[in-house]
Amino acid sequence: MEKLINIARGLLESGKVKTIIGYVEGPTGRIRAAFIRKPEECSKLLINQNCIQNLAVYLLKPEIREFGRPAVIANIATQRSVLQLAQECQIADGEIDVIGFYAGNTIVEFKNFTEIEQRLKEVKLELTSDDAKLIEKINAMDTKQKWQFWVDEFSRCIKCYACRSSCPMCYCSRCLCDCNQPQILSAPSHLLGNLEWHITRAMHLAGRCVACGDCGRACPVGIPLHILTMKIAEDVLKNFGKRAGTTLVKEYALSSFKNDDREDFIK
Amino acid sequence: MSSETKILKKSSVQKLIEILASANIRLMAPQKKGAALIFAETKSASEISYDHIQTDLSAKSVLFPQTEEILSYSYAGRDVNMKEREAESFPELVLFGARPCESSAIGLLNAVFTWDTQDVFFKTRLAKTTVITIGCKKFDEYCFCTSVGCSPADKRFSDIFMTPVSDEEFYVESLTKKGDDLIKRAAAVFTMANKTIDVEKELAKVPVLFDIDALNKKLPDLFNRVEIWKEQSLRCLGCGACAYACPACACFDIQDESGKEGGKRLRCWDSCGFSTFTLHTSGHNPRHIQAERWRQRVMHKFSYFKDRLKSIACVGCGRCSRNCPVDMNLSEHLKSLMEA
Repeated sequence: MEKLINIARGLLESGKVKTIIGYVEGPTGRIRAAFIRKPEECSKLLINQNCIQNLAVYLLKPEIREFGRPAVIANIATQRSVLQLAQECQIADGEIDVIGFYAGNTIVEFKNFTEIEQRLKEVKLELTSDDAKLIEKINAMDTKQKWQFWVDEFSRCIKCYACRSSCPMCYCSRCLCDCNQPQILSAPSHLLGNLEWHITRAMHLAGRCVACGDCGRACPVGIPLHILTMKIAEDVLKNFGKRAGTTLVKEYALSSFKNDDREDFIK
Repeated sequence: MSSETKILKKSSVQKLIEILASANIRLMAPQKKGAALIFAETKSASEISYDHIQTDLSAKSVLFPQTEEILSYSYAGRDVNMKEREAESFPELVLFGARPCESSAIGLLNAVFTWDTQDVFFKTRLAKTTVITIGCKKFDEYCFCTSVGCSPADKRFSDIFMTPVSDEEFYVESLTKKGDDLIKRAAAVFTMANKTIDVEKELAKVPVLFDIDALNKKLPDLFNRVEIWKEQSLRCLGCGACAYACPACACFDIQDESGKEGGKRLRCWDSCGFSTFTLHTSGHNPRHIQAERWRQRVMHKFSYFKDRLKSIACVGCGRCSRNCPVDMNLSEHLKSLMEA
């Protein structure tokens, strides 16, 4: 912790960085994001196993970028999002500082995004056992059971869009589901409208989701919707050998065409 | 109404459901749906949750559904046939196990829906609903009902108020004619209480966190202190989880869904936290950053609503804060506004 606080303080004192996007403890003991702009406030920063929010979601927020150059305290999911956002030309290398942390509170101050790419090669990117178990449970269902499972879950959706808001990869300034000239997706929160939204969302994140799980954690009615994009991410890895948020090379599994692309999955 | 107090045993609730069902009355109660605790139609008493602090979503949806058809239309050649939704066909309901805060929030919804235009859908639903509230034995760090004029013994807009007197029994007070009618209808499940109890003594004591009248007076002066609203809302992601979980938020949007043969007009919940809430057709957005939307949320609940409808539009249930994915904590922010 001392090391993290010293790095953050140093960055603010030198003037290189104007705000530290990090974690602090709120009044109820929950960990929350904070935007520290004064060196003397760096002592509030902390890292522990509860620092799970993907802070990359704040990297594109105008009010935060207004402060000037940010440094983000980045867990593995946040680091992966930084790479994916860079790959999608939403942030440029050199524009932000990234301070990574790993199990056992190892802290790494990255000099550039390529260093993150290198470092992530040494990290095992596996789903949590709960998520893996749920995917396994759904895999074991037949098509009808799967459909019923998701119909039951999504019938509870209230379309608060906490899933969209909490996702660093959902950065469209105007989301498709908010367009009404013409109305592309059904806006009301009835079952059809809910399914249209969640299927569209999952497909838009296919091969781009870094599996942080924040959408599922954000859901006020506990829909495990993160499982959809995680499952797609596993399928993309299996079929195309690509995992989002591991490389700076711009090459979407699902939107780049090569002459020797496999076609055996088209039925 | 009736000064006679009764006892209802938890073990008799199944019988109550059956008596109501035989008269075509549906019982809506807190129950687990997937990972969420919400109000839904209950056919089996074993599904009802009693032990929670608050449900994840409030009982609001029972009286003000998230998506509600208000009219339908069909095409007949070059003509359009419009059909208004008949509110008379709404079923009779019993809202069972609401917390005192969310029952008193019915008064806030009622104030909005009968302010100028009389909303026939809300009014009919309310008229056909009997509200059975259960007082709170416990609270958590998100509860602040006593800071906004409510309490664990708040009986406003309850037809029947029940106080847990043991793990198995509720002390039952009927407060309205609707409450009396329900007890009469289901006389077999209620027994006479053999003593009067001091309900407030039995229920939780929630500490007061701030002076709501002082806050209400101060808020207009804070409107232009942009830096305060900006600082508080930096981590806000602009979703609608707070507004949709809130028992008092009543904003809605009208959506038309049309097909080849006709369509429907639907009333859907909306939230001032969304950037599209105030987006004009021209592309201009008068609340262009989240700070302005957060300020609107606080000002509407704690200043404008009182100016217009004589009450604070918050009952301190804490759902907005419990549900917030990024720990926006309303009572903490209200306290800090007092200190600003």
